[in-house]
Amino acid sequence: MKPESQAKETHYVDLEDIWVAYDHKWVLQSVYFSCGAGEIVGIVGPNGGGKSTLLKVILGLVRPDRGTVRLFGEKPGKRGLQEVGYLPQISQAERFFPVSALDVVLMGLYARIGFFRRPDHKDRETAMEVLNRVGMADHAGRPFGALSGGQQQRVQIARALAPHPRLLVLDEPATGVDSVAQEDFYRLLAELRDAEGLSVLMVSHDIGVITAHADRIACLNVEIHYHGEAQACMIPENIARVFGRDLKVMVHDPRCATCFRRHSHE
Amino acid sequence: MSELLALGFMRNAFLAGMLLSIVLAVVSFFVVLRRFSFIGVGVAHSAFGGVALGVLLGISPVLSALGFSVAVANAIGWISRRKDISTDTAIGIFFALAMALGVIFIGISGRYNVDLFGYLFGNILAITRQELVIVCVLGILVLAGIILFFKEFLFIAFDQEVARVNGVPVTLLDHFFLTLLAVAVVISIKMVGIVLVSALLVIPGAAASQVARRYGAMIGVSIAVAVISTTGGLVLSYYADLASGAVIVTLAALLFFIAFGLGRLKKTPR
Repeated sequence: MKPESQAKETHYVDLEDIWVAYDHKWVLQSVYFSCGAGEIVGIVGPNGGGKSTLLKVILGLVRPDRGTVRLFGEKPGKRGLQEVGYLPQISQAERFFPVSALDVVLMGLYARIGFFRRPDHKDRETAMEVLNRVGMADHAGRPFGALSGGQQQRVQIARALAPHPRLLVLDEPATGVDSVAQEDFYRLLAELRDAEGLSVLMVSHDIGVITAHADRIACLNVEIHYHGEAQACMIPENIARVFGRDLKVMVHDPRCATCFRRHSHE
Repeated sequence: MSELLALGFMRNAFLAGMLLSIVLAVVSFFVVLRRFSFIGVGVAHSAFGGVALGVLLGISPVLSALGFSVAVANAIGWISRRKDISTDTAIGIFFALAMALGVIFIGISGRYNVDLFGYLFGNILAITRQELVIVCVLGILVLAGIILFFKEFLFIAFDQEVARVNGVPVTLLDHFFLTLLAVAVVISIKMVGIVLVSALLVIPGAAASQVARRYGAMIGVSIAVAVISTTGGLVLSYYADLASGAVIVTLAALLFFIAFGLGRLKKTPR
């Protein structure tokens, strides 16, 4: 095996020179990005900076105009999508849907259950275990629509975790979740990373939360402005390039200035 | 009631009505969850073009309507995936076009003596044995299709993107569902007619969504609403000497308002 392909294999996600346009406007420009096994990578950037689009490119939901996407070393959709858990951005609209919290988690297992078969006793047990992990076991039988926004978010995270994915893709996972539940959730992610080698890719506009919990960070505003260790993203120069000059950094970390590696893809 | 069932045509009507009610109620469950109501209306009206084409070509109007509606349903599905035109705009254009084509086809054929009113507003009492067989076979096929892919349809209705990421063939199943919907519409034309079938694609599911919180219960209520309005409508229309399709839909709407009221009652804290 050539060393090059070996390197690809160890990366769960590999984006090379990705370009995406909506309505004649580039939302992603020459984006290089990678995520390895067992790491938590945060993607920060302003609204409209292409964060969600980047995730959708990785998942194969948006086809880039240019560039190559590799998921577990292959084109997305070929294989491995069943090894990905996805949490989309929460929709604010409170809507009726006739399922219980447990039903929603079971959906995460449908791919494994396969066509023409119904979830059985064991699937229900698996779903209950995951609900327990996100602290929602007591609400298993409640209608999904009757849960609060934060509770719905946790149920959907449970659905993403249910099939034991190798990669978890989270779009604004903290939306509507109170800070105590958030801390529990990030602790759970770190636990799964350490115990099962789970990789996590999460998008947020909250730099503080991401820098505290991610191993590596990508700062994205149409282009990738930084891709590297979490703390170095806090260099004021980097933040200004991604968010604009007006943003004031409210958190000061003494490690900020110690790392000057600004560009990841050396 | 027993004297009614002693009449051969009445027995056929009841049999067809019961089966179609169940089929439409189950389809309606997904139509409501996916907000496909207008697609249902569009597909139903496009069937008129198909019926007229059959009259023009001298083939079975049911057969031509089947092909026509399935094609239109899939075209609507294809367009709704594109970003450059909205789904309801596409439906608005398609169903007007199909109706217009229908009028043109009838004009060319020069046969104005066909029972167009029957196709538009339904005439379940005139259902023949052969038509009954077609309705039964196709109706059972539609039901089987939905039961086989029920959990995938449910997942797509709940969250299309996550379903896609989890490996559910969303596009393929969407077209499959639209095809089932089109078939359900065409076999119901004889019963309630083109204009009114869209009501039965929406009302049972809508009524059920007001009172049920779980999908099993919602499908049950949906079926109950459809069966009660169909059988009740048939009996009432026979004794009152009114058009059966119109009475069926009016009854269904009445049941919806009752369900709506019950739903409000449940939500009010006391």
